[in-house]
Amino acid sequence: MTAEEKKKGWKSLPMGAVVLEPGSSLKYKTGDWRAFRPVVDREKCVNCLICWICCPDAAIVRKEKWVEVNYDYCKGCGICAKECPKEAIKMTEEQK
Amino acid sequence: MTIVGLTGDEAVAYAVKQSKVDVVAAYPITPQTIMVERFSKYVADGEVQTEYVCVESEHSALSACVGASLTGARVFTATASQGLALMHEMLYIASGLRCPIVMGVANRALSAPINIHGDQSDMMGSRDSGWIQVYVENAQEAYDWTLQAFKLAEDGDVQLPVSVNLDGFILSHSMEGVDVLEDAVVSRFLQLRKPVFRLDPDKPITVGALCLTDYYYEFKRQQVEAMLQVPKVLDNVNREFGSFTGRNYGVLEAFGMEDAEAALLCLGSTAGTAKAVAKKLREQGKKVGVIKLWLYRPFPIEAVVAATKRLKALAVLDKAVSFGAPYGALCSDVISVLHAQHVRPHVFNVVYGLGGRDIEPSDIESVFEEALRIAETGAVKESVMFLGVRE
Repeated sequence: MTAEEKKKGWKSLPMGAVVLEPGSSLKYKTGDWRAFRPVVDREKCVNCLICWICCPDAAIVRKEKWVEVNYDYCKGCGICAKECPKEAIKMTEEQK
Repeated sequence: MTIVGLTGDEAVAYAVKQSKVDVVAAYPITPQTIMVERFSKYVADGEVQTEYVCVESEHSALSACVGASLTGARVFTATASQGLALMHEMLYIASGLRCPIVMGVANRALSAPINIHGDQSDMMGSRDSGWIQVYVENAQEAYDWTLQAFKLAEDGDVQLPVSVNLDGFILSHSMEGVDVLEDAVVSRFLQLRKPVFRLDPDKPITVGALCLTDYYYEFKRQQVEAMLQVPKVLDNVNREFGSFTGRNYGVLEAFGMEDAEAALLCLGSTAGTAKAVAKKLREQGKKVGVIKLWLYRPFPIEAVVAATKRLKALAVLDKAVSFGAPYGALCSDVISVLHAQHVRPHVFNVVYGLGGRDIEPSDIESVFEEALRIAETGAVKESVMFLGVRE
């Protein structure tokens, strides 16, 4: 099921935009907002972690020899690609 | 029966006292001041258990009311004119968060130039804010509708804020005999609020969360639906109130409409003058009538269509001006409702009473004469008349 299909209509949503379940923000994946996707080239990545420092959404995940991107929360701002000294991160258009 | 002398403002305060309101947060402003002044005396004298929050502005007053209402409390506030304008941002938050707050509004003109007297520009400017709007003709109606407003607002199918509007000074400061109910009777009519949802530390919920393109529209549609439920719920409230009091209300009052060919439609205290003039003219054999809307938002579409069905001419009186619009707000609504009818009266708009300019029986009579002329000839000379203004 796609995210679009899961969204409730006005008849079944709780009144007044109330969120009845505490902590449900964890289920909200802001990666949906992304128009461009950062892709890490593991050959070029030297694991300097500049992207990890610069990412405003803490969406860079540290691995032993390179970095990965948490696409659930990456909004595709492109700061990582811009800051990478090795040009190891490329922004590619999201495929719908 | 207990008749007491009360001004319109005092009648509202007395009804609020009997409604066992949990929280009042308000800021005084002429001509509403007496509502909260009188109520603060009830608090000081220990006659009520209400938490009375003194705030520094109307913006804060309604903000405090929203917070209180979300805890499940019964909440009242009051304002007028500039105070309502300062509340404007919070009006939408109160309705959007579905807070059944009741607000007394002693209608007053808006600055500039500064004026303290009564016209309905203040609440008319807030007509799209998602509040139910009731307009009253006298102190008795101010009392009766305040009690009914809580029951309407708090109904599970409605859950919307209600404003009870009374003409500044004409009603707010005029003392009349008001037939008040015993406290015990009010308690039977108006039970404790049963909130649909509420802020509760043991069962946390989130209110006021961000809703963007994905959900916002759905919540606005819910508010539309809540408004659509009002006529049905209000009918039950009116019936129950009638069974306790013998005073029967509805969405509108029709006077002489059974055979009227020309009529006048208005809100508030002007209806009293209009009915007196209509009575005199009817005794002279002239077929005139008066339609007074108690409910302005949601607009009572079906009732207005039914009441105007047999008319040939209708004058709609607006005690507010809508700059640059084709008609005053009330008249625009009436015309849009009648537009869908195959047979409909000729409608013309009468703007009057701005800044508290008096409307006299002779003024009303001139409106009826014009409506009768249009009923006979079918020719509307001026689609919008400015009654009582100096050229």
